[in-house]
Amino acid sequence: MDFSYSDEQRMLADTLERLIADQGAPEAASHKRSAAHAAPSALWLTFAELGLLQLPFDEEVGGLGGDGIDVMIVMQALGRGLVREPYLAALLLPGTLLATLANEPQQERWLTPLLAGERRLALAWQEAEARYDAHDIDARARRQPHGWVLDGAKQGVQVASSAEALLVTARVDDGSLGVFLVPADTPGLSRRNYRTLDDQAASDVRLEGVSVHNDARLGGDAAEALDATLALGRAALCAEAVGAMQAACDQTLEYLKERRQFGAPLASFQVLQHRMVDMHMNLEQARSMAILAATSLERPAAERDYRVAAAKAYCGEAARFVAEQSIQLHGAMGMTDECRVSHHAKRLVMFDHYLGDVDHHLEFVSERFTAA
Amino acid sequence: MNLDFTPEEQAFRREVRDFLAAELPHDIRERVRLGRRLSADDHLRWQNILSARGWLGANWPKEHGGPGWGPVRRHIFDEECAAAHAPTVVPFGVSMVAPVIMKFGNEAQKRYYLPRILANRDWWCQGYSEPGAGSDLASLRTRAVRDGEHYVVSGQKTWTTLGQHANMMFCLVRTDPEVKKQAGITFLLIDMHSPGISVRPIVTLDGAHEVNEVFLDEVRVPVTNRVGDEGQGWTCAKFLLTHERTGIAGLGHAKQALRHLKALAGRVRHRGRPLLELASFRQRVVKAELELMALEVTHLRVLAAARDGGAPGAESSLLKIRGSELRQELSELTRRALGPSALPFLADFLYGDEALEPGQAEHAAAGAQYFNRRKLSIYGGSNEIQKSIVAKTLLGM
Repeated sequence: MDFSYSDEQRMLADTLERLIADQGAPEAASHKRSAAHAAPSALWLTFAELGLLQLPFDEEVGGLGGDGIDVMIVMQALGRGLVREPYLAALLLPGTLLATLANEPQQERWLTPLLAGERRLALAWQEAEARYDAHDIDARARRQPHGWVLDGAKQGVQVASSAEALLVTARVDDGSLGVFLVPADTPGLSRRNYRTLDDQAASDVRLEGVSVHNDARLGGDAAEALDATLALGRAALCAEAVGAMQAACDQTLEYLKERRQFGAPLASFQVLQHRMVDMHMNLEQARSMAILAATSLERPAAERDYRVAAAKAYCGEAARFVAEQSIQLHGAMGMTDECRVSHHAKRLVMFDHYLGDVDHHLEFVSERFTAA
Repeated sequence: MNLDFTPEEQAFRREVRDFLAAELPHDIRERVRLGRRLSADDHLRWQNILSARGWLGANWPKEHGGPGWGPVRRHIFDEECAAAHAPTVVPFGVSMVAPVIMKFGNEAQKRYYLPRILANRDWWCQGYSEPGAGSDLASLRTRAVRDGEHYVVSGQKTWTTLGQHANMMFCLVRTDPEVKKQAGITFLLIDMHSPGISVRPIVTLDGAHEVNEVFLDEVRVPVTNRVGDEGQGWTCAKFLLTHERTGIAGLGHAKQALRHLKALAGRVRHRGRPLLELASFRQRVVKAELELMALEVTHLRVLAAARDGGAPGAESSLLKIRGSELRQELSELTRRALGPSALPFLADFLYGDEALEPGQAEHAAAGAQYFNRRKLSIYGGSNEIQKSIVAKTLLGM
């Protein structure tokens, strides 16, 4: 039992903290991005230089062999600093799927430049009818003499607007779950781009008779690889939420100490002290669940998915509580776009809408939880 | 980072488990399992067995005859004891007064009291709360006036747990009413058989006689029974409250309660199906399971910090708050799971020796236990007091 970071992990955390502190106030940059901006930012290229884009991948595919805790450290720092670089959506999710499923030419063509920060990919797995279920999908892949034809619609695909290609999940004629690499400019693929409430780039994507070559399919049945990828993504989101909760708690505590009413600091009022402690308890319990998720990624699939679902459900409730209370304790200031805590709050609430919400994951746990 | 116990710790867990399987008397185990009151003799029998094994002072360092376990082993020990339905060791001697004597007592006190505690020869109780001093403990008014080589003590203590069996009480008394309230308090060890002491039972809402009032009427206490200096009592009391208290989250008990609840709700039928399949009920059990998962990791984080030399202070308050809330929720779900079977109040079975049909005995305690568990968020510093401690010490508010 050991909850300490290794020396390398401590260095990683310090590096990230310095890097993110240098970025300036993220709320100032809000709303300024166009929905379809394409080029990787300067910060993304710095990530590449520092090895952050290689960190979570195995050495044999050109990564640095990082584990769930390394990902947790990165995501926590991004969450705390309100950094909107799509580390999860544009790197972790598509990269993990490629690293698991792709053959060598596919890896060379897509994974290598992804890890170098030269291009971005998006993972299109979600559908409106299936909500958060990654397997119960309507998108179809039909076999053709020289390739595949894809039809379907995907919802809330993050970074699809700036991705060079999309990894699209579709049901194949033989009943297996396929993952297909679809270059963004392929005829028949259309996107409706938007920014989300928490200021992320996302798109709804349609595929109408999209023709791709034989080599577009990654591996065979991708069901387990997709589950493992989503588990990593959920654990990463939990860590990001913990970072954001930490920031929201810190900022709220600071505000309560400095803001005076009735001739005294707000921090001197017991009702607010106890509320602040409630926030802090939610933060620490959520941190424990994020650690549980991050250390469970190498476990057998059933155990991994149970723990990750438990963590995602738990962090979803905790994140919403901390978000709502941060706004409340900041009074009307917390309602303003200018106040940094409102941006953390939006991220913390919308956290629940990515990779499955509280209800989705509670049901998952509930279905597998035994009386024993 | 990893959450696993070492092979040595796992071997230790097996050792404890084997010991419990072999040594815990069946009748005592059954009484604990069924939530029945233990007699004084039941407590003493079990504590003698622990004492003979050298495990009564589980939190004691080796120099005083303890096993010298670190926080992780103490946690494993607590968890296994709860899982095996072993009685909780009465904490007032081994876990409460003993650390104070070790820290603040003189050599004579250490030589006399510590071996007696370890040999299970004294039954200690706690003389802290008073009718006018609960959460605001420092406002206590029990007066001790110096008279030669004695203090003459008069006043009233209350909520004295198992004081009806005790022969010794550690007691906070006011020796100086003129100074700041915390500065006028002294820590005394009082023989419960002294003239002028009377103990009156308080029956709680679950029908149990667990706590008592203790009246002190000009009780003469030798000055040699004072621990630390006059006026140092508050320091002793605070040391006791902040002294690392293993098991404050009641994690082992919560785990046991959840196992019991799941088994029960899997057995009880609701419209022909297991109650556990009823969505509204199942949802609450699932949420309790999630809370337990989080609490366990938080607990391990605090243990690891303590093992590595940190002094868990306010973090124990967080564990106490969330742990007590969880155990209360589990007691609520257990009572609900029984439905109409929770109605009978079988006091002669729970608190006496009346026999019941096995089926009825299994469920007899749940209703009363729910009410008993309300104490968890009140004793040891109420949860509201714990929040104020966290706000002050951890958050600097």
